[in-house]
Amino acid sequence: MYRKEKSIQIKNSASALYNNLGVLRIAPRRLTCFTAVHANVVNMVSASWDGLNYSHRQLQSKEPNVATSTSLIMQAAFCALPSRDLLVVTSQKGIQMYESDGSTMVYWHALDTPETNTGQGMFARGISAVCESFICVGVSTGAILVFDVPSKGSNITLADVIEGHKESITDMASECCGGEVCVADLVSADDGGNLCVWKAGEEFSLLNHIPGFDISCSSVKLWKGTAVAGYGTGQIRLYEAVTGILHAEVNAHARWIYSLDVAPFSGLLLSAAEDSLVRVWLLSMSPESHSVEIGHLHNECVTDTQICGAKFCDSDGYAFAVTGYDLSEIIRYTQS
Amino acid sequence: MSSRTLPLLFINLGGEMLYILDQRLRAQNIPPDKAKKVMNDIITTMFNKKFLEELFKPQELYSKKALRTVFDRLAHASIMRLNQASMDKLYDLMTMAFKYQVLLCPRPKDILLVSFNHMDAIKDFVKDTPSILGQVDETYRQLIEMYTALSSGEFQLIRQTLLIFFQDMHIRVSIFLKDKVQNSNGRFVLPTSGPVPHGTLVPCLIRMFSCSGEEVMRRQFSNGGNYTAALREGSFEIFGDRVTKLGTNMYSVSRPVETHMTGTSKNSAQHTKVNVAPNPLAKEELNMLAKLMGGLEVQKPGNADNGFRVNLFSTDEEEEEALISRPDDLLYGVINIQATKDQQANAELAKIMGQFAESGEQSPSSSSKGDDLLAMMDGL
Repeated sequence: MYRKEKSIQIKNSASALYNNLGVLRIAPRRLTCFTAVHANVVNMVSASWDGLNYSHRQLQSKEPNVATSTSLIMQAAFCALPSRDLLVVTSQKGIQMYESDGSTMVYWHALDTPETNTGQGMFARGISAVCESFICVGVSTGAILVFDVPSKGSNITLADVIEGHKESITDMASECCGGEVCVADLVSADDGGNLCVWKAGEEFSLLNHIPGFDISCSSVKLWKGTAVAGYGTGQIRLYEAVTGILHAEVNAHARWIYSLDVAPFSGLLLSAAEDSLVRVWLLSMSPESHSVEIGHLHNECVTDTQICGAKFCDSDGYAFAVTGYDLSEIIRYTQS
Repeated sequence: MSSRTLPLLFINLGGEMLYILDQRLRAQNIPPDKAKKVMNDIITTMFNKKFLEELFKPQELYSKKALRTVFDRLAHASIMRLNQASMDKLYDLMTMAFKYQVLLCPRPKDILLVSFNHMDAIKDFVKDTPSILGQVDETYRQLIEMYTALSSGEFQLIRQTLLIFFQDMHIRVSIFLKDKVQNSNGRFVLPTSGPVPHGTLVPCLIRMFSCSGEEVMRRQFSNGGNYTAALREGSFEIFGDRVTKLGTNMYSVSRPVETHMTGTSKNSAQHTKVNVAPNPLAKEELNMLAKLMGGLEVQKPGNADNGFRVNLFSTDEEEEEALISRPDDLLYGVINIQATKDQQANAELAKIMGQFAESGEQSPSSSSKGDDLLAMMDGL
């Protein structure tokens, strides 16, 4: 179903972090941008579609005005808003937002240092663009920061802090509904496996809370109102987001799931885990029951590699890319 | 990242170090009473009360250089001496062994079982010495107190922090190559077969449910591997069957310890020096090291009666050769602390030395201990 393509070399190997691959498809310039985090550096590479040009860039997590201090990056992800694309980088110290080519930092938000030194340490993790102009970022305390992003310039502001979780946020996802009205705009997941479903707006409101089973949910996606969640036990669960009804449960992987991605136009689902396997599934809405179904399509094994990032390169799922711990390349697959 | 990582890193690396030294002491036919003294001295220093207090405080991981310096001092906490090349090799083996264990742990929480395996072995090394046994038991209690209540997500964060520390290390270890757990390119073999972790089900089943919660369909898919059901869970108590073999002693007199230095520099092109070592004079790190050093009974090297040298290689020539031919990207820059130049640090050190002198850990004369300490810290 898929065949392996030429890999893209990156300057450093990828670190073992959830959802450690960012992909941005820039059709007008016929190129795709990839990001992979290595400790305190984001490796960016832009690959032209003809496979001839690759340009590299590295971003460090140094916050401005502090010369010596660096911190470890938890995640880097592209946020595609209708008016602009931004690259958001979250670390132990705070949140940085860059223009999507990494050329300029447009915003910096410092995390508050906690009063007591909890064993976890403070960090930000979980990034999602929401609706027209919001970017949401999760924090290790369980809070979610909502940033309001103007259509251009650096006048980004912290609009809201929403509380729905008591444990560290792991991942967040939203859904672009196009013309349709979406009930659920955002789903967030935490280390206890709990999911929160939100409606965006002037004030974000909590639509539903889906309790977990004390197993971390490391990756979550939203597709046609279905929350697709991947857990540390290797399970994938599909919930109807607003009602919390469990529609499917898949014993998908033998180890911790690190990354999920959905190709919205086709309903293809990608799952990747520490067990070296990437699996491709098909989500579909059953016309009779109006509920989601899932079928297995394909496996790819990246030998001797714990996979930490897997994403489709386009909305149909025609191609996908994979990163692994200690691997200095981005492996690509295309439908054959 | 997690600020609870350092104790696990230290205890597991320390455990591996003891396995290797134990093997070398026996291979070199060091008299049993001397060998025992070496092991006891090192274990006593490792589990020194004040050191452990410092270790278990929530804190960021040390830089690679700082940690290597701590282990340098630890390895020399006895009458045994190691040349630079042997110390380098010892550290390579320790770190690759623990990297292997961390990677292969089925669940992040199993790192605690690996730590208990190391602790069990250490306890066995000192079973005839009640005073040290007490320190070891105390450490078990601290481990249990700090870690057993952590969630799976927090353990995964600890694991991710450790994996960043071990990033890009691909030194080939002879015993791993022979057992086919490491490839010739230095990467570990991750099998897609065997028992799944405790709490995970064998991948193959899709279950779908109706709105009322009834299961309406079951489907199987091919998982591309050969998995079996999980084994029983290991014990997280002071005594118990840990079930996993990771963290147990894989060396014996007949299985020598070797590393291959060639071929690893292929990876150096991909190393940008990302881990900018924090300022080596950072107060916290200096204090920790100084305390460790301050607590040592400093044995003067070259003392003909007591001191002896342990070689991690088969011959002296091999050891010399290894030192000369070590690839640049694998040089461990051991920190030389200019305590004499830094007035503030100097004052701190003096205060710490004073503390230890009062607590009764006396060397023949405390002023000579101070001189030794400062003499050890060469200017750069």
